[in-house]
Amino acid sequence: MIYRKIKHSLPLLFCAFMLLFSPYSSMTAKAEEEEFNPGEYIMGHITDEHGWHITTFNDHHISIPLPVILFDNGQLVCFSSSKFHHGHQAYKGYALGFTEETDGSIVKLGGNYAEYTGEIDFSTMPAIDHVCKFDISITKNVCALLISIALLCWIFLSVAKKYKDGPLKAPKGMQSLLEPLILFIRDDVAIPSIGEDKYQKYFPYLLTLFFFILVNNLMGLIPIFPGGANLTGNIAVTAVLAIITFFITNISGSKHYWKDIFNAPGVPWWLKIPIPLMPMVEFIGVFTKPFVLMIRLFANITAGHIIVLGFIGLIFIFGTMSPAIGYAVSPVSIFFYLFMGLLELLVAFIQAFVFTLLSAIYIGMAIEEPHHEKLAN
Amino acid sequence: MVLAASLITPSFGLLFWTLIGFGILVFILAKFAWPVITKSIAKREEYIETQLAEAEKIKNELANMEKKHDEMMAQTKAERDKILADARKISERMYEEAKIKANEEASALVEDAKKAINFEKMKAMTDIKNEIANLSIDIAEKLIRKELSDKDKQEQLIEDWMKEINLN
Repeated sequence: MIYRKIKHSLPLLFCAFMLLFSPYSSMTAKAEEEEFNPGEYIMGHITDEHGWHITTFNDHHISIPLPVILFDNGQLVCFSSSKFHHGHQAYKGYALGFTEETDGSIVKLGGNYAEYTGEIDFSTMPAIDHVCKFDISITKNVCALLISIALLCWIFLSVAKKYKDGPLKAPKGMQSLLEPLILFIRDDVAIPSIGEDKYQKYFPYLLTLFFFILVNNLMGLIPIFPGGANLTGNIAVTAVLAIITFFITNISGSKHYWKDIFNAPGVPWWLKIPIPLMPMVEFIGVFTKPFVLMIRLFANITAGHIIVLGFIGLIFIFGTMSPAIGYAVSPVSIFFYLFMGLLELLVAFIQAFVFTLLSAIYIGMAIEEPHHEKLAN
Repeated sequence: MVLAASLITPSFGLLFWTLIGFGILVFILAKFAWPVITKSIAKREEYIETQLAEAEKIKNELANMEKKHDEMMAQTKAERDKILADARKISERMYEEAKIKANEEASALVEDAKKAINFEKMKAMTDIKNEIANLSIDIAEKLIRKELSDKDKQEQLIEDWMKEINLN
């Protein structure tokens, strides 16, 4: 009974704990030293960074250093991101971008700082030689990507082993959690969109896509390491996923698919003949489809993160006015944060589903044969 | 605005790593996980389906067998009843036959007895007749001897016999 009581009051206790400590540590430190900038704070959380910043305690940054890998002037340069000391220092002339244009990227300094290692004096703006274009550092997002890949591999290889050991046994544990999702992707996404006879070829890609997006969406909702990276809310990631769908769609496109694009049936001839209006629209559509996929996932996840961060940021905005108001606002903020968090759980699933479903529909449209009915327009 | 620009500009590093990472993930899962999982699921689905079909079949068979059993029971009962009825009929018939035969035998016996009685009667009658005849002859002899003591009466008698003979 006692255990049950404790179990029921655990979330409350946790909230109380959060209220006591979370605003306190930074509120007192930040209120005195620098103005809290909500824009910078939110952008800092949703964009990528070199090194994984965990918290700031007593004006001391705690972060996980990650390797920096650069191709600069035909040379491979590797060093730890801790060498930057959060942008305060340069290493062999490399520094974190400090101007608005170079924010988030690594720059090679020129002039006095060309091969300089040590503290940068920002009072005299150091000259920037060039921005490192080929920066393949293991940034926060890359690290999150690798973690999620390892997690996915571990989950599905262990589940596959369970299936291999007892294919006729009832699913257990992780298996019974994932099997409905796998069946859902098969029966409600792949088969209706692509067709029973052809879906198998694309099924592994769709499953990987769905679980990759889902796992990364969910990891993005975890506030601390190893979650917290806004991976599926990063346009580079969604761009890669959309580009893969684009290539799969167009490489497997049937003759009928291309004919429909350049000579759409059921369209008045004057939309095609003097000026090929419809073919142009259809051809642009080939590119807008994956583009929309990319934007949709990116925007949904990023927007969710921004709203959540906004609610938390409210505490600090009010906290800078007066710590008392900050404490007063925090329960409301936490409530809205919880509400958004639950909504984001739903969004995490829906966006993974929508991306997979639309990919499946595009593939289905591309490989469809003339005698089939059109699934979607 | 610059902040927004960094948000919507895909960085080369992340593009590169995502392409490689996701590619490797697809490769690993498509090679080692998905085929096993999907095949196992399909196999189990098929297994469950066949098992259900089999269960249905067995259920039907059981129902059929029960029906057959009931039918057989009913048939056996009917047969038993028929046999019993037949036995009863046969016994009745035998009884009837025996009765008839007994009657017949009895009447035959009576008939024989009657015949024997008649025969005995006839025999006795014949004996009596013969006796009477012998007695009559004796009497007649005695009478005749007495009558034929004189000649006239002899002639008279012969004459009467002659007449009688003629008449016959």
